[in-house]
Amino acid sequence: MPTFDFNDDSVVVIIGSGAGGGTLANELCQKGAKVVLLEAGARQSPATFVNDEWKSFLQLAWLDPRTTSGTWRVAKDFSGLPAWICKTVGGSTSHWAGASLRFQPHEFKARTTYGDIKGTTLLDWPLTLKELEPYYTRAESKMGVTRTHGIPGLPGNNNFKVMHAGATKLGYKECHTGRMAINSRPRDGRGSCLQIGFCFQGCKSGAKWSTLQAEIPKAEATGKLDLRPESHVVKIEHNDAGKVTGVVYRDAAGKEQRQKARAVCVAGNSIETPRLLLLSASSKYPDGLANSSGQVGRNYMRHMTGSVYAVFKDEVNMYRGTTMAGIISDEAGNNTKRGFVGGYEMETLSLGLPFMAAFLNPGGWGSDFAWFMDNYTRMAGMWLVGEDMPRESNRITLNAAVKDKWGNAVPNVHFDDHDNDIRMRDHAFGQGEAVYKAAGAVKTFRTPPYPSTHNLGTCRMSANARDGVCNKWGQTHDIKNLFISDGSQFTTGGAENPTLTIVTLAIRQAEYIATQMKQRTI
Amino acid sequence: MKVIAIIGAAPTSSACTEESGEVPRLDLPLTRREFLQGSGVLTGTLAVGSVLATLAPSRSWAVELRTLSAAEGETLMQMGRVLYPHAKLSDAVYALLAKDLDADAGKSADTLKQLRDGVAALDKSAGGSFAKAPPAKQLEIVKAIEGQAFFSTVRGKCITSLYDNDMSYTTFGYPGASWDKGGYITRGFQDLKWLPDPPAAASPPSGR
Repeated sequence: MPTFDFNDDSVVVIIGSGAGGGTLANELCQKGAKVVLLEAGARQSPATFVNDEWKSFLQLAWLDPRTTSGTWRVAKDFSGLPAWICKTVGGSTSHWAGASLRFQPHEFKARTTYGDIKGTTLLDWPLTLKELEPYYTRAESKMGVTRTHGIPGLPGNNNFKVMHAGATKLGYKECHTGRMAINSRPRDGRGSCLQIGFCFQGCKSGAKWSTLQAEIPKAEATGKLDLRPESHVVKIEHNDAGKVTGVVYRDAAGKEQRQKARAVCVAGNSIETPRLLLLSASSKYPDGLANSSGQVGRNYMRHMTGSVYAVFKDEVNMYRGTTMAGIISDEAGNNTKRGFVGGYEMETLSLGLPFMAAFLNPGGWGSDFAWFMDNYTRMAGMWLVGEDMPRESNRITLNAAVKDKWGNAVPNVHFDDHDNDIRMRDHAFGQGEAVYKAAGAVKTFRTPPYPSTHNLGTCRMSANARDGVCNKWGQTHDIKNLFISDGSQFTTGGAENPTLTIVTLAIRQAEYIATQMKQRTI
Repeated sequence: MKVIAIIGAAPTSSACTEESGEVPRLDLPLTRREFLQGSGVLTGTLAVGSVLATLAPSRSWAVELRTLSAAEGETLMQMGRVLYPHAKLSDAVYALLAKDLDADAGKSADTLKQLRDGVAALDKSAGGSFAKAPPAKQLEIVKAIEGQAFFSTVRGKCITSLYDNDMSYTTFGYPGASWDKGGYITRGFQDLKWLPDPPAAASPPSGR
């Protein structure tokens, strides 16, 4: 791996090596660009991943201090942990379950479709599904998504059997083992799924796609990637003309380093990305970089989420095999007869014993709670994920009262559910319970949202500069050579898990950046 | 057969400075009696026929506390049983709760005070001994302090102490790590028989 000089201002600096940053790095390297990829976390591997929920959490999760506020229950139960995302080479692709769904056409036109809903900042994306289709296709091939490109679907585990039985009884028509970025056959130099059941803890077989195991090695092979783990960017710098000139970061030894750049692409996930732009405020940009609209950090979305767990008379042993073993998509469309706009997916989920105790009912105790734990092997579970409403007040801000170990203000995540979110969640809980009751459940439980694993929208795309932070290429409106390259770009959240769309946007953004560099406009 | 002489061989290791084989009496800070004094030891026996009893090398167990007393440890164990009542979960696991709280008490004077005061308050509410009060009374007392810092400390610790250890895994039927056994692809990941198998379109056969 090359080491580009700190003063080499011909490199593209990418901050964050997850779905966005890792993919962007590989795509740019393939096109011959020199890339310095700065990742705050350390580099793990299938050898170092552990099949142990708490140990893995400490190994992979972003644990730098954060604060929370707002009426969401996460602020009460997990006040210091608004999100369960990663600080590791590969970012949250090390941890994700692999669900790879395309957005629906109307979801790019959320404002036009849903209307002007009070208390939201709904906005149409500045691009359409049609424009993204060729990139979605490439992303699905890159990631090896099952049920695309001739790749067979995965076999369903016991947890899926329960979901499918209930779904069928209820009359649901779209229930199968999903479109998953997990090899059902050996492919792309990686083995096929062994149904290990620790997807969230890093895939030890390599069957699950991640930028760590798929994109970064390919980028390294080009000889154009300078990956620097344990490099935590603390500031993005610019010149008098307002163009970004490089970044300052803390290296593994804690020493301050400065790397010059031709362009900077920020992919720190939706909490750190806006935080970094805000921390980079200067006399020229007193409100932070790319923030003339005031939208940096705003419109934070975490998807409507919740889970339903159910206990049955007989054993399920849902922990055996893939965490997200199947899906019901019947509720994903926009059907306002249900009393809300937007839709949701129903996806199986399993937690091990330790995490079930922590997340089934945070704060819960007593014989009712203990009864569920006693029946752990007779439990099935699903996660509900749907479109939540963007709101101006749901936002990331700098908390001046709390500093991280570098002396920088930590991010505060403020969130209040919109009425639409609450109605959707209620409906989804009801339907989840109905599925399990139809399959013979003795008792069900409505589990509240976990610390957010989907974090979106805080530097959103917009057609007009006043409504967002970046354009249809993820290029910030204010600064030509500063890009947003992660889920912060999402104008709205859709009902679908975001990773496929993040990878898709990164493939497309790489093309744009390469073209701009060739034309010398960047 | 080659014979390697041991008797009479002179020690060549430079780390061994003793002229004779005698171990000198060292001035250790604690004798065994001093160690046990001022701290607690929780002991118990795994129930005959329990799944743990078949796996453990011995049915007796002991947990040493370094800061809290045995009585305080017992009380915290009992509080754990009220918070998370599992008839089938051995005392040995609730003793881990006491052990983990004891470790925290050893690291922080504030935590030690909170636990000591909390335990004392439980005993006071029980009119003497919380540990000896009937279960219904214990539940009433614990309910009354819900939301207090002491309650939160103990309840929060239960989540890891009671559910993240091998004994609990065995008790609740969670096998833990699976990679080292080759995952579940050949170990029953789809062995559920009390519901119909989904059709192939929904759940294709595995490639193996």
